[in-house]
Amino acid sequence: MSALYKPSRLRAALSVLLVLGPGFFVLDRALAGGGHYYPPVSDPLVIEECGGCHMAYPPSMLPARSWQAMMASLDQHFGDDASLPAASAARIERYLMWHAGDAAGSRHAGKLLRGVSASAAPQRISELPKWVREHREVSRAEWADPKVGSKANCPACHRDAERGYFDDD
Amino acid sequence: MNAAIRTLVLSLLLAPPAVVQAAGIDAQIERLAGEARAADPAFSAFSLERGAELHQRAFAGGKPDTPACATCHGKDPRQAGQTRTGKRIDAMASSVSPARYGDSEKVEKWFKRNCQEVLGRA
Ligand code: HEC
Ligand code: HEC
Repeated sequence: MSALYKPSRLRAALSVLLVLGPGFFVLDRALAGGGHYYPPVSDPLVIEECGGCHMAYPPSMLPARSWQAMMASLDQHFGDDASLPAASAARIERYLMWHAGDAAGSRHAGKLLRGVSASAAPQRISELPKWVREHREVSRAEWADPKVGSKANCPACHRDAERGYFDDD
Repeated sequence: MNAAIRTLVLSLLLAPPAVVQAAGIDAQIERLAGEARAADPAFSAFSLERGAELHQRAFAGGKPDTPACATCHGKDPRQAGQTRTGKRIDAMASSVSPARYGDSEKVEKWFKRNCQEVLGRA
């Protein structure tokens, strides 16, 4: 019998599942109800450092290579200086890449990435082909609303954006 | 960080009505006053008036869409502000946001970024 299947290991694995199980069911229900769930950032450091100037965007909305490129150029971040101490930057980059839209296991969330070529590292969610298509119906007047101000201001229109839902309106 | 900005922080810290302040703020004021004195021997004390003026003054050295601190923070430091992207910024006055100015690293990080944006220099 291989070491992997020792009964003690099995028991350990089972108890892990029992503990995590209810969480999986909740997640499943969220996905079943519309299938449009983008898990929000859960790491307090990422919320603090990437959620001050705009909402902390769900990492699953961009591929890992996009986050990597963004983290390498934080001193020139859309015209702002968002640079960070190396240790924080490294931890944030790991988190974003681990939860990226093309990371293993994020087949639901990755759907915004449809139509993005495998060699491109888009920096704006709001310029992804799929995002642009989803927002075709939004009128010029709505974008110009001072309460919106920018396409990057998702929560202005998506009330539950911070909780991972973008299909509320 | 320059002395004018320190004046601003201090005036925000001292802005009435004074409520219970987070631990560490006194140390922060001490630190900033020390730096101000080192940078400018003529510096005597922080001033609420100079801070308020600085907060609203329009500068030309930074980015055109953020000429003043008040562009994002609003004129009244007791009210919440808003980033260019539309995210709420909690009020800057410690009388309203007592958790502010407790962490010197955070204070320095935002001065570096925002002074660059508004003044064109850190
Ligand atoms: C100092 C302010 C600031 C900080 C801190 C900051 N950003 Fe940004 N970010 C901006 C600005 C400004 C834009 C452009 C927003 C706009 O177009 O209105 C932006 C845009 C973005 C966009 C593109 C939004 C779109 O249009 O789809 C992403 C993604 C992004 N930021 C991720 C991050 C990440 C990740 C971090 C943390 C490492 C971070 N930001 C930290 C200021 C900041
Ligand atoms: C001016 C308002 C507005 C802004 C700002 C906005 N959206 Fe939308 N969004 C809409 C509307 C309207 C729809 C289409 C209606 C719907 O599907 O609920 C939509 C649809 C979507 C969808 C598809 C929803 C679904 O059914 O799956 C996603 C995902 C989405 N937006 C993400 C974003 C993200 C991310 C941002 C910020 C980078 C953003 N939106 C900014 C108005 C906006």
